[in-house]
Amino acid sequence: MTVTTMDTAPPVVAPAPVAAHYSMMDLLRSEWTKLRTVRSTMWTLGLIIILGVGLSAIATAETTAHWATMDPGSKIGFDPTQTSLIGVAFGQLVIGILGVLAISAEYGTGTIRATLSAAPARWKVLAAKAGVFGAVALVVSEVVAFVAYFLGQALLKAPTPHTSLGSPQALRAVVGAGLYLTVLGLFALGIATMIRHTAGGISAFVGVLLIFPLINGALPQPLQQTIREYLPAHIGDQITAYHQFPSPHAFTPWVGFAILCGYALAALVIGGVLLTRRDA
Amino acid sequence: MIEAKALTKRYGEKVAVSDLSFEVRPGIVTGFLGPNGSGKSTTMRMVMGLDMPNGGDVTVNGQHYRDLGWPLREVGALLEAKAIHPGRSARNHLLMLAQANHLPASRVEECLDMVGLSSVAGQRAGKFSLGMGQRLGIAAAMLGDPGVLLFDEPVNGLDPDGIRWVRNLLKGLAREGRTVFVSSHLMSEMALTAEEVIVIGRGKLIAQTSVEDLTAQSSARYVRVRSAEPARLREAIDRAGATTNLDDDGSLTVRGLPAAEIGQLALTLGVALHELAPQSASLEEAFMELTEQSVEYHGETTGAPA
Repeated sequence: MTVTTMDTAPPVVAPAPVAAHYSMMDLLRSEWTKLRTVRSTMWTLGLIIILGVGLSAIATAETTAHWATMDPGSKIGFDPTQTSLIGVAFGQLVIGILGVLAISAEYGTGTIRATLSAAPARWKVLAAKAGVFGAVALVVSEVVAFVAYFLGQALLKAPTPHTSLGSPQALRAVVGAGLYLTVLGLFALGIATMIRHTAGGISAFVGVLLIFPLINGALPQPLQQTIREYLPAHIGDQITAYHQFPSPHAFTPWVGFAILCGYALAALVIGGVLLTRRDA
Repeated sequence: MIEAKALTKRYGEKVAVSDLSFEVRPGIVTGFLGPNGSGKSTTMRMVMGLDMPNGGDVTVNGQHYRDLGWPLREVGALLEAKAIHPGRSARNHLLMLAQANHLPASRVEECLDMVGLSSVAGQRAGKFSLGMGQRLGIAAAMLGDPGVLLFDEPVNGLDPDGIRWVRNLLKGLAREGRTVFVSSHLMSEMALTAEEVIVIGRGKLIAQTSVEDLTAQSSARYVRVRSAEPARLREAIDRAGATTNLDDDGSLTVRGLPAAEIGQLALTLGVALHELAPQSASLEEAFMELTEQSVEYHGETTGAPA
């Protein structure tokens, strides 16, 4: 490599903006650059689209193909809306990984120290990160949910039952599926801010999402049923289902969603407190 | 200007930096010297507001780092080589930093050009050598054209050309009136770059002095004397209050008495001198002497007599 002999820096042409301080907008722009310039973002988002749309298409096409021979019990329990959103459910693992990586990669590579040198206001950095990640996750999740829904309903040919967005429950399930993924991703971001390691963050997230239900299954009733209501995956099930059977053991979709938002907020706040208190 | 006052940092039981006070002035290169593990990096991280001190205080241009309005425009730092996401290009790494402080994208190109990385700016930084990582780190430090610069071991992994380039860069930056604070565990490198040095060992300040004085003060300065009657001469020198050592080859090593006085003494005794050679300690030796007591991890030299 050739060595430039220039020994002084060229002067900065642009003077500092009149503002006294770097702004939230500056940090959002910086976080957006970070997110879009690593391949893992594109891979994970691509995977969410493929899983979300692909698995839903397979599930709905399968149902149509076997509808005639399905037993009556399965037919009664069949939820065309939720079936067309089944792939979105698989996206929850992937969005969680993306949420973890959004901050754990900074710790893994040491970039966090460059980030906090440029912007020592740590709460603002976390807020900008959550804002950018949340916005990207929301757009991608909603697009996937709607595409999966429309494709799924198109594949559920008569006599297989299907729904349309004219029905409030269907609309809630589709919009809710995208929101559910987004908030789950933010929850993962909060967890990773606490844990600061990619492998640890992903393990904790998967633990909450998939292992907790298994452990809970081993608990005695009625404790098991009570805890189950609060599990994120169970809340997600309620959000993406068309039929709401009034049940003392499940939150209604929006109450469940509010609880989920509470989890994400709590994780981000605890993560933020640790971020400001710990050495970077 | 960097000012540290009674800076203290503990990691659990271990004291990394203890009651450390110093000043780094603008216009010169100030070396920050100490053996590995002596607390140099910890101190620099505290200057940058990354690690919080357990006691004491450190300011940059009179302000705490966290209170700087446009940090990159005031302070630039290279703390670790290759603290880059391996999947991100050099250009994008600099861009995300520039954006955080509202610096134009054109400044990214200028800095890439300055460190000679323009041709590889689009490549993933994971493929970079340690030396290229150092260059990228220097480019990042220069983004905001700051008046205060910190470099933690900037020549690690650089080839001789690169080392000379960094040396000239640091000196040039200081000449422009900037505050330049450079850590190193290599005294020889600092001898060529720094005007002032802050020497620490086990987290404590050992000396803040000019490079010149550091060498001059060192007791490693001695005079080598060869004479016809070394034993008699030695007696006389010992009486004069200096310490002597008779080497196997019959030459005397004298500490604490200048060559002129030794010569005078020899003349009085009537002892013929064959050699009278003042030896000035290298900076390296001065440094070794200073930090001898405070080296964290001593290595055993096998086979050689103590």
